[in-house]
Amino acid sequence: MKIYLKIWRQDSPATPGAMKNYELDDVSQDMSFLEMMDLLNESLIQKSQRVVEFDHDCREGICGQCGMMINGRAHGPLTHTTTCQLHMRSFKDGDTIYIEPFRAAAFPIVRDLKVDRKAFDNIIQAGGFISASTGQTPEANGILISHAIAEAAFDAAACIGCGACVATCKNSSADLFTSAKITQLALLPQGKVERTERVIAMVDQMDAEGFGHCTNTEACEVECPQEISVLHIARMNYEYNKALIISH
Amino acid sequence: MLDSKIPEGKLADKWDNYKEHVKLVNPANRKKLDVIVVGTGLAGASCAASLGELGYNVKSFCFQDSPRRAHSVAAQGGVNAAKNYKNDGDSVFRMFSDTIKGGDFRSREANVYRLAECSASLIDQAVAQGVPFAREYGGYLNNRSFGGVQVSRTFYARGQTGQQLLLGAYQALMRQVGANKVKTYTRHEMLDLVVINGKAKGIITRDLVTGEIERHAANAVVLASGGYGKVYYLSTLAMGCNTSAIWRAHKKGAYMSGVSWIQFHPTCLPQSGEHQSKLTLMSESLRNDGRIWVPKKAHDERKPNDIPEEERDYYLERRYPTFGNLAPRDISSRAAKERIDAGCGVGVMKNAVFLDFSKAIKEQGKEKIKEKYSNLFKMYDKINAVNAYEEPMLISPAAHFTMGGLWVDYELMTTIPGLFALGEANFADHGANRLGANSLLQASVDGYFIAPYSVPNYLAGELKAEKITTDHLAFVEAEHAVKQQLQQFLDINGHLSADHFHKTLGKLLYNGCGLSRTKASLENAIVLIRELRAQFYTELKITGDHTVNSELEKAGRVADYLDLGILMCEDALSREESCGAHFREEYQTPDGEALRNDKDYCYVSAWEWKGANAEHELHKEPLVFENVSLTVRSYK
Amino acid sequence: MAGTGLFLCFFLVIHLLGNLQLLLPAAEAKEQFNWYSHLLAGNMLIKIISWVLLISIIAHAVYALLLAAKTKKANGTKYVYDKRNEVSPWNSRNMGLLGTVILIFLVIHLKDFWYVADFTTMALDKQGYKDMYSVVVLTFHQWWYVLIYEISFIALGFHLLHGFFSAARTLGLYHPKYVKIVRYTGWLYTAFITGGFMLIPIVVYFNN
Repeated sequence: MKIYLKIWRQDSPATPGAMKNYELDDVSQDMSFLEMMDLLNESLIQKSQRVVEFDHDCREGICGQCGMMINGRAHGPLTHTTTCQLHMRSFKDGDTIYIEPFRAAAFPIVRDLKVDRKAFDNIIQAGGFISASTGQTPEANGILISHAIAEAAFDAAACIGCGACVATCKNSSADLFTSAKITQLALLPQGKVERTERVIAMVDQMDAEGFGHCTNTEACEVECPQEISVLHIARMNYEYNKALIISH
Repeated sequence: MLDSKIPEGKLADKWDNYKEHVKLVNPANRKKLDVIVVGTGLAGASCAASLGELGYNVKSFCFQDSPRRAHSVAAQGGVNAAKNYKNDGDSVFRMFSDTIKGGDFRSREANVYRLAECSASLIDQAVAQGVPFAREYGGYLNNRSFGGVQVSRTFYARGQTGQQLLLGAYQALMRQVGANKVKTYTRHEMLDLVVINGKAKGIITRDLVTGEIERHAANAVVLASGGYGKVYYLSTLAMGCNTSAIWRAHKKGAYMSGVSWIQFHPTCLPQSGEHQSKLTLMSESLRNDGRIWVPKKAHDERKPNDIPEEERDYYLERRYPTFGNLAPRDISSRAAKERIDAGCGVGVMKNAVFLDFSKAIKEQGKEKIKEKYSNLFKMYDKINAVNAYEEPMLISPAAHFTMGGLWVDYELMTTIPGLFALGEANFADHGANRLGANSLLQASVDGYFIAPYSVPNYLAGELKAEKITTDHLAFVEAEHAVKQQLQQFLDINGHLSADHFHKTLGKLLYNGCGLSRTKASLENAIVLIRELRAQFYTELKITGDHTVNSELEKAGRVADYLDLGILMCEDALSREESCGAHFREEYQTPDGEALRNDKDYCYVSAWEWKGANAEHELHKEPLVFENVSLTVRSYK
Repeated sequence: MAGTGLFLCFFLVIHLLGNLQLLLPAAEAKEQFNWYSHLLAGNMLIKIISWVLLISIIAHAVYALLLAAKTKKANGTKYVYDKRNEVSPWNSRNMGLLGTVILIFLVIHLKDFWYVADFTTMALDKQGYKDMYSVVVLTFHQWWYVLIYEISFIALGFHLLHGFFSAARTLGLYHPKYVKIVRYTGWLYTAFITGGFMLIPIVVYFNN
């Protein structure tokens, strides 16, 4: 099928970007979206043009490295699906597809569709861990965790850190990302010890990175490839409010 | 002569003996010692975090945009540990012997025993970090069984065990970043190793954003850069997985071992067209309920549901009545290839076999199957738009895991002093075939429990050594060489993309050095890869500039793959036997099983680079088995 | 936002309950309502609460403006092609717009009733109370005035529908069971408040 593309091209963070038009013949329905991008880049090489830079790695929906705004939606028209898991059968012959990078002030553009998501690392660095150094650990079955708690912690821990939640949020809030980690660790007995310091450090870091605030539109949950629940955000607020009251 | 530095004593005492006699570094001195860790997967992140916790200055490098993306994240099934929580007779020794047997007796006893010995601590470590492993209703950890063993020793976190273990290690790493003990360099690719007076002293990297070539000096360098299965282009690996870090170290003197031992995973989604970039893995657990078959008749064009029962060939059940559909990976993959080659393959490209759930659905009900595998059926539907509850899945073997890698001794040190290799980057513990759920284990054990002893043991001797700075001539030369190579790629200005060469190389290797090999196929592949390599240096085309340029990144990786591909073939050619994943068609039993030759090939190959235009030199490390007897691996 | 918002939510209930007296038969309503207005006007506690209310409204609005500025900064470059509205309810994305409509309404509303009652001399009814009832009836005698009120209440309804549960989330109510209760309560609350307030001008318009 034939596909018309409008893609954001931007040389560097400092230079202005713009949408550029491309046409692709011979796109197959069975191609993944990123394979369609490969095809485009192959054609650009043949025309001696610079390829479209985009992030991707595992192409099976788990590494979290890919991510684009496709037709105005984070990761494209399907819900709960990463860009790499999107296939061209979601489009029709003759369609025009708009492709832009994930946009947020905290995700500066590196080039074209590549963005810098270091802010997420910084949030984890601020407190998204349990302070258990190698070796100083008790016998695994010494910590009993109910089936329900383990499953709930897993649900939160499944986040792949792709940033779709931020991209689709009208406020560019990172609450879903941050809260998922806070919930996972607050649920587990091992993580409860540091919960007060953790939530304050992580929320403060999230603000310092320049993310917006959450207004509970719940768009993030719809686009999240791992279906992370917005209730984690409420849980984070609970932890944060409680920490503000009881901390010194 | 290769010295594997196996400690003295009985098998069960070796690791304790080693730890008790290892040299220590005074805490006050640790901050004077710099360690570079390349790669942030399970091995790299856990090693960097653990060394940071000890007080060393660690620099951690990865080519991805965040340490959390490393491909350990994609491992699905689980991680093995000899906890014997199920009271089913598991023990360290049993796990050791299962792994040795699974590897077809081509790994070191002492290493494998240590792997099993440290496995229990890994589970403790991960749980303490908050890894949400599956639990029973009483709150105890749950286990499941995996191919090739008779006990339940696999710990898991749904189908995302690798992700959860990696995030645990990543979070430990980020904690050390916050404590200023580790500095991360993301979007940085290692392009050369700097060796001074025979010792590893640093690396040259390229900043993939600015394009700047940087020099980094250290007292020791740890490579945890993963496996090279992507050499086949179509594989279960991530697009960025590469051999460059270990290959460039190899060119600086580190030996490569077991290079041709590559595991093909039997349950992957088949290639559907030329455009394809990746073969997605479907968890092996599907084989617990799915039956694998092909039509008895070759070139049968009927739809699967139209083929009557008596015209179906359930070839695994036929050939391996005891293990049936749960035969180990190498055997299942090979059996699929045998049927596909016989013309019985199915799917558009006739390259797949059916994985059929109809019997299980009939016996257990659709709901039960849904409960167990709904995420996998959903994923299958997403990728293929086919409802696998109604008709069988199409699966096919795909390149997955490289048992081979840099040769390392018991301390995980390569043949270059001060250069260590961890995880899939070394040849280590899996022999000629890896058992399921042992890869996460090996990567973690290397990083959490072995490197924190063996790296300091080396560093203790480096305290008094002269401090090397990046002004050293060796750094200048290495940087110059890297720049020259990058410029060379940009200057060729041919007409074929890096991907073209990568895909072509992949096809040559699938055919010549894939699931099964022959002398002729390997020799032919070597000739063709040499030609392809020559063409690469005259007809490659890279557009773009020196800054962010994914094509330039690919070119460097493909260049290394082309070299590696030749060595893979040579390694396979030199081993005139069949063992584990290495199946030479000339060496098989009358009923088509692998025929090992312990008299002549009970050794680990260690290849030495002799220059771009010279042949590799083969060194041999004999394998000695004192605690298990070499038996024929049978799953019939 | 949650604190001031929920306080205002609470006030709306009291306000509506008081105003429901307007739905009584005309003569009775007049007597009741004027007595009620007098009661409120004369009470020091009510005076204090009314100032707290005013401060809450201003704080709610000012904080909203600050958050809007934060959002603008956090968003950076705008999307060229934006279809993000497909994945979240319209009102949740437009709380600012809805709030602005409500704020404009409040200015009109306060000018016509609160200002009149507190700062002007008014006719007295036969009990000797200020005749607020007649002011109300006179005001709602104009159809366009009723229309302004009805439109504003629709805006208020959508604002409350999102605001009520959103506030609960911000305060940290995360348990799925209670979250569901809050959702239903929010719906009921919104229906009651919006329905009640919308009914009054219409009834008054047609009754007189």
